[in-house]
Amino acid sequence: MYSASDLRKGLRVEIDGVPFVITDFNFVKPGKGASIYNCRLKNMITGATLTRSYRSNDTLNEPKLEERTMRYSYKDGDEYVFIDKNFEQLTVRAEVLGDNRFFLVEEIEVTILLHNDAPIGVELPTFVEKTIVETEPGARGNTATNVLKPAKIEGGYEIQVPLFINQGDVIRIDTRTGGYSDRVRTA
Amino acid sequence: MLALRSRILRAIRQFFDARGFLEVETPVRIAAPALELHIDAMPAGDAWLRTSPELHMKRLLAAGCERVYQLGPCFRQGERGDRHHPEFSLLEWYRTSADYLDILAETKALIAAVAEAALGRTWIKYRRTHIELMPVWEVLTVAGAFRTFAGWNPVESFDADRFDLDMVNKVEPNLPTACPVVLMDYPAAVAALARRKPEDPRVAERWELYIGGIEIANAFSELTDPAEQRARFEACAAERRALGRPVYPLDENFLAALESGLPSASGIALGVDRLVMLLADAASLDDVLPFRDA
Repeated sequence: MYSASDLRKGLRVEIDGVPFVITDFNFVKPGKGASIYNCRLKNMITGATLTRSYRSNDTLNEPKLEERTMRYSYKDGDEYVFIDKNFEQLTVRAEVLGDNRFFLVEEIEVTILLHNDAPIGVELPTFVEKTIVETEPGARGNTATNVLKPAKIEGGYEIQVPLFINQGDVIRIDTRTGGYSDRVRTA
Repeated sequence: MLALRSRILRAIRQFFDARGFLEVETPVRIAAPALELHIDAMPAGDAWLRTSPELHMKRLLAAGCERVYQLGPCFRQGERGDRHHPEFSLLEWYRTSADYLDILAETKALIAAVAEAALGRTWIKYRRTHIELMPVWEVLTVAGAFRTFAGWNPVESFDADRFDLDMVNKVEPNLPTACPVVLMDYPAAVAALARRKPEDPRVAERWELYIGGIEIANAFSELTDPAEQRARFEACAAERRALGRPVYPLDENFLAALESGLPSASGIALGVDRLVMLLADAASLDDVLPFRDA
């Protein structure tokens, strides 16, 4: 249980059973008036933000959050199965992964955030390597990186890549932006 | 920053010295902090650190001083934010035979003198807003400001919870910023130590100064009636007890001073760190306090 005076930027709290993280915090107090703790909060599941004002006597629950380090194992329909070092399995639905589902690579190590034992987010390594499965042939000798063309990786995720990238090339993707980073090797 | 602060402090002292005020020092460690619903004192051994020198300053008036000022540290428990720091510098001054409008005129002269001495001009640029400190200060009644910005009138029907919340979230952010703004005539329920307005007892003779939307000072025509003062302290003590907050003993020395006769007087508390912050165009008190709490 948190009291209003515990609130600060970065703190994770629970509102109506939903975990939120405080993204902005301000202590205000009108002359001779009551302390007011103004917060901007981000819903840790949907990403939606809201603002709330708390008073000295308000309390907030501490969300039951857990981080688990696991490896990606396989995909089963709309579900993704992860396994930890004790061979315990955890299934994550596609909507929890969002675009991150396209960046999964077998045996990749991820951090899964759980709220009340249910997965709500999967954090990937910053860079993952993926093979281009489809793109128009690039112009030979064109090594310019500022001209881009569409390309597809396994799973159908479309990404903008430089002209010199060809089908079968392995590229590195920045999972924070979902964008092209560099070429690892050619086909 | 230290040089600017030093110029501001010197200008304040010169201003009051030239006007025949006596600079005084009253105890920092005190037995009975003024009872206010939302101000908590820091314990200091078997006593407390002052949250304001107000009660001692008024005892000096009762003892015969006519014009006194004090610059010094005050302490408030649990106040930490961009515009709050648990230890801060407060300027207070008090005058007999004056009311809150006299103090307003004096405050205006002080702000002009301090800006002139510190910056060589009477306009400032605060967070990209140009503010003319002179000659016009916009005066709004609390009732008017709430009607305009919050859609209700706290003088007609007071709601303490809504009043504070709307003050910080609706009124203060929408106050004009082109010049200093004075919010005047607070509902009697938040009179603190101000006397009621004789022609409209629903409000108290209290005003607050805002510059660039930041609250800088709070002034009263002082309550001098010992019976009403005791009743207000006792009501406040009861409310604090009900809220589970520490309850401080009544300052019987102060009440005795009122009994012996406090002449009609007016006084003000002005946040020096916030004034420095404004003149320095700093976003937060952290940027102007040479040493600060984590």
